[in-house]
Amino acid sequence: MKRIIVCLKQAVDVSQLKVDPSTRQLLTAIAPKKISDFDKNALEEAVRMKEKLGGTEICTVTVSAEDAKTVVREALAMGADRAYLINDAGFKEIDTSGTAYVLTEAIKRIGGYDLILCGETSLDSFSGLVAPRLAESLNIPQITSVGKVSVEGDTVTAERTLEDAVETMKAKMPALVSVTREINQPRIPSLMMIMKASKKEIVTWTGADLGIQKEKINAKIDVIEVLAPKTGRKKVKITGENVTEIAEKLAKALIQEGIVGR
Amino acid sequence: MSENNGVWVFSEKFDLFLEILGKARELADRLQTELAAVLIGSNMQEKASELIRYGADKVYLIDSPVFERFQAEAYLGVLHDLALNYRPEIMLIGSTKNGKPLAARLATRLNVGCVPDCARLNIDDKKRLIGERMTYGGNATATVAFRTKPQIATVPPRAFEKPEPKDHKGQLIRLDVKAEEPKTEIVETRPLEISSVRIEEAEVIISCGRGLEKKEDKVLLDELATVLCGQVGCSRPLAEDRKWFSEWVGLSGHKVRPKLYIACGISGVIQHVAGIRDSKVIVAVNKDEQAPIFEIADYGIVGNLYEVLPALKEALKKQLQ
Repeated sequence: MKRIIVCLKQAVDVSQLKVDPSTRQLLTAIAPKKISDFDKNALEEAVRMKEKLGGTEICTVTVSAEDAKTVVREALAMGADRAYLINDAGFKEIDTSGTAYVLTEAIKRIGGYDLILCGETSLDSFSGLVAPRLAESLNIPQITSVGKVSVEGDTVTAERTLEDAVETMKAKMPALVSVTREINQPRIPSLMMIMKASKKEIVTWTGADLGIQKEKINAKIDVIEVLAPKTGRKKVKITGENVTEIAEKLAKALIQEGIVGR
Repeated sequence: MSENNGVWVFSEKFDLFLEILGKARELADRLQTELAAVLIGSNMQEKASELIRYGADKVYLIDSPVFERFQAEAYLGVLHDLALNYRPEIMLIGSTKNGKPLAARLATRLNVGCVPDCARLNIDDKKRLIGERMTYGGNATATVAFRTKPQIATVPPRAFEKPEPKDHKGQLIRLDVKAEEPKTEIVETRPLEISSVRIEEAEVIISCGRGLEKKEDKVLLDELATVLCGQVGCSRPLAEDRKWFSEWVGLSGHKVRPKLYIACGISGVIQHVAGIRDSKVIVAVNKDEQAPIFEIADYGIVGNLYEVLPALKEALKKQLQ
């Protein structure tokens, strides 16, 4: 394999996201960002493939309205050889359709790839649409929800975990494979790898550099509102002298709720 | 150009198809338009009649041995062809591991938007489809509308109740569509061992997290489950890191909404909470008073699950007699 392309999203770290309780608005602007977990699994898989097969270059591609260099440096430290950052303030309202279009144009420009690896979905928006849209618009085979993947010659074989079955699928490359978090445990880069990464190249393009047409990145979806759910939970702490008393109080409460017994 | 018309439903999973059909019937009535089902497969005559009983005004039937099992390009080609010819206003597609990418690819071919995993669907005053979906790892619900038509949304399992079949009249339209050349080949399919009862169906779920020290200790949960006629579940680390279970509850696993969810030794990270948020009553048992699970629990016990679970089992046995 000559080249593996890994799509990386700079995502909001949802575990550190705060909510304004009075408005139920998410404070996304101040939330820390990181490589979307699933994409990290995709990158790890690419690095493992390179270690096994050799002679492969790993390029990452990131589409972002904001600067994403810190996040991309981490990818380089993990083992990517070169990073492409498509950075344009015009991408602020971009949705899955626009993102897939920009990725398509960037990947066509990079060219010469055998395999595209993506996370199945993203940590923050969790839509899972970009990978299938991307493969569709590149008109290449796609295998989604993959928990195991291998390459032999010009064929990629992957195991998909479906609702009620595990399906083994193969395709001729170039192809796109989207992976689940279960596929591997991403490595934590050593200090040495981090130092080495600082010498690696980050190629930055704007939309204009790629000839991106403005009307094609217009959102096709109107986000009316994004609100934290009302909690409305009782939050009753049950206490007592001893565990028997506590358990009896809880049992009584559950029976009164009418959710246990008849 | 003629306007887009009709609400369409497709899923390769028949149960999910019927669930979506019930909701789609409501939407079609609201829009005063027809409800159509797209049925693709082999020997589907009976299923087609069933779809009519479940509310479809029209069934577009593509019935041929080449469509016997799901093949992404073949099915995509059919939906794309039909959408171009008949121009539906809304297309609701079952959000399975195969259905979601299918919807994404269809939206790409039609150059339209797609909203995945809508747990709620409505029609607003402007006759637009409004979808609600969880986002930011379960921290929020996004309410979205479409700027393009057809409005393509995917619908997860169990979001809507399967309707009651009726003596409904509908039209069966058989279509001959050539299967598109596949880009991938299915080499092998092996059924997954899944628990006999789906956890989504359980009315009571007793779930454990990292607080469970040994796999064998699951018996504590099993015993309580027996008393409550419930099922046992777990959070992601017990399935993915420790491999004690094959499935888990949470955003990336099963989303559940039982009458009672008892979280034992589960800290309550947002991805887990997202999977249990719609439960009627949530009970949390955790040693750590600061555990975030208490924030979304109706009843919280700060304590050791190894003491609380056996005591709760005894208390329930006693009081339920």
